[in-house]
Amino acid sequence: MSSASDPMIGIVDLRKTFTKGKETITIFDGLNLAIPKADFVAVMGPSGSGKTTLLNLLGGIDRCDAGIIEIAGIRIDRLSEGQLAHWRASHVGFIFQFYNLMQMLTAAQNVELPLLLTRLGGKARRERVEAALAVVGLSDRLKHYPKEMSGGQQQRVAIARAIVSDPELLLCDEPTGDLDRRTADEILSILQLLNRDFGKTIVMVTHDPAAAQYARRALHLDKGHFIEKELAA
Amino acid sequence: MNDLLMIRKNLFRRRLRAILMIVSILIAFAIYGVLASFERAFNAGQERATPDRLVVLNKINMSQPLPISYYSRVGAVDGVAQLSPISWLGGYYREPKNFISAFAVYPEDWMRLRDSDFVFSQDARTAFARERTGALVGARMMEKWGWKVGDRIPISSSIYAQKSGARAWDFTIVGSFTSRIPQADTNIMLVGYDYFNETRSFGKDLINWLMLRTTSAAMNERVGNAIDGMFANSPYETTTDSEKAFQKSFAAQLGNVALIVELVVGAAFVTILMIVGNTMVMSVRERTREIGVLKTLGFPGGRILRMVLGESILLALIGGLPGLGVAMLLITQVRGSLMNFVPTLTLYPDIAVGAIGLMLLLGIITGLLPALGAMRLRIVTALGRN
Repeated sequence: MSSASDPMIGIVDLRKTFTKGKETITIFDGLNLAIPKADFVAVMGPSGSGKTTLLNLLGGIDRCDAGIIEIAGIRIDRLSEGQLAHWRASHVGFIFQFYNLMQMLTAAQNVELPLLLTRLGGKARRERVEAALAVVGLSDRLKHYPKEMSGGQQQRVAIARAIVSDPELLLCDEPTGDLDRRTADEILSILQLLNRDFGKTIVMVTHDPAAAQYARRALHLDKGHFIEKELAA
Repeated sequence: MNDLLMIRKNLFRRRLRAILMIVSILIAFAIYGVLASFERAFNAGQERATPDRLVVLNKINMSQPLPISYYSRVGAVDGVAQLSPISWLGGYYREPKNFISAFAVYPEDWMRLRDSDFVFSQDARTAFARERTGALVGARMMEKWGWKVGDRIPISSSIYAQKSGARAWDFTIVGSFTSRIPQADTNIMLVGYDYFNETRSFGKDLINWLMLRTTSAAMNERVGNAIDGMFANSPYETTTDSEKAFQKSFAAQLGNVALIVELVVGAAFVTILMIVGNTMVMSVRERTREIGVLKTLGFPGGRILRMVLGESILLALIGGLPGLGVAMLLITQVRGSLMNFVPTLTLYPDIAVGAIGLMLLLGIITGLLPALGAMRLRIVTALGRN
């Protein structure tokens, strides 16, 4: 049985560069990071500090140049594209700043998307979708299209989509960046609930110090290195 | 929900654009269905041609006659099993617009020669051979004009008149026949050559061509050479061809229908290919971010490729199948009025199957490039995250 002190994320000597024209930009050079299971970490830092790149690497949607990325005991830096896709489907939930919902699908259909990659039958999928939408308080919006919902509601649908396949890790990129304060607080409360009551490990990139307050701890990324700051509970 | 629902929703996310593409594909396949059916109908004679049948024509061209005396001389050539003289009446019923495809033949010879194409009852055989003024009428012609056996019908000729000055011959329908094979048209009438020859005002003892059957197809060349050699340097030199070649040259009088069909259909399909292909590329490009999201959720590249290809194939089928339906409707509408000219006009099953194959090909060609692009798309690029 796992405990909260087991490592969920382990990064060792990570190196990541980008090539822009003839210039090579180094984002990380020897980055190390350890995040235990069921942690809720806010990653902050100035623009260009590598926050989003880090999230991409943790989610297996980008490749590092060197180093080790281990998530729940799996070396994802060694996985092929196909293996990474399969791994993402069952281990990670993504929440984006601009929700990234499919406009032509209803809330329930959007939430059901990750389940199309499983062997669950239609009835089981429906039950899971309803449960996920109930967690985010949208049981009455199953058949609504994104354009019929507010930003906050759309982000809740995105959260339901992220948790419907029950991943251990949630990666959130500025999840409240497009929302007003009150709605942002609602979304952050949901993330807090998912961490506290459902044991999800959450890594959240944010510029907003108020949003970071919902995390258990905040890591400040600057020039490719972390500075850790403890937050008040 | 399943992939098909997503494909359908993606296809109709811009409803007007989807409808316009569907309509353009529909029109292309309607054109294809109609023209391919016409081309097939024009060439039906070639398809039913049997390998051991030959046609002896005047060497100048098929409108020039041959003397009836060739009948017995050709019949004596080694390797000729059966033959019949054939004369074209240029007939019509009551008014010139009611064209009748009628031929004067030796009844027993002709029926033996065409036994592999048509079914003749024993009564019809006997009556047609016996009655000098008798006419043997195909089932489709009987049905078209509402005739029945025993009817006396006036058939005029746009070429000949009777010695008496009358333009019409009165024939009694002594029997009917049906087709043994789909390509054999029964919208024709046969009358006795002797009666027609004796009563017409000019062209006595002339025929248009001879049709014969050799003892085996292997004898064709030798028999043809023997016939043409026999009449070389005579006033009526001959050229002997296979029935298929004869039908082909007969159809060629109407122009190269196959080439016309190929050009029109080719132009329509190249245009459609460019329109649909370009629209599919645009449509997928507009969805770059969504494709990135699907990949982020764990949808493998192969599945994305299948979804985009599925969309273009579905589009081709939604447009193409009704297009074939429209073609069938048009053909049904015009078949009656064109029965005399293209009697076997119909949307043949193999044309429909070929069209469905074309739809799938169109879908694959127009969808392949955007599908490959979507499959290879990097998530960070799609989401604008680098």
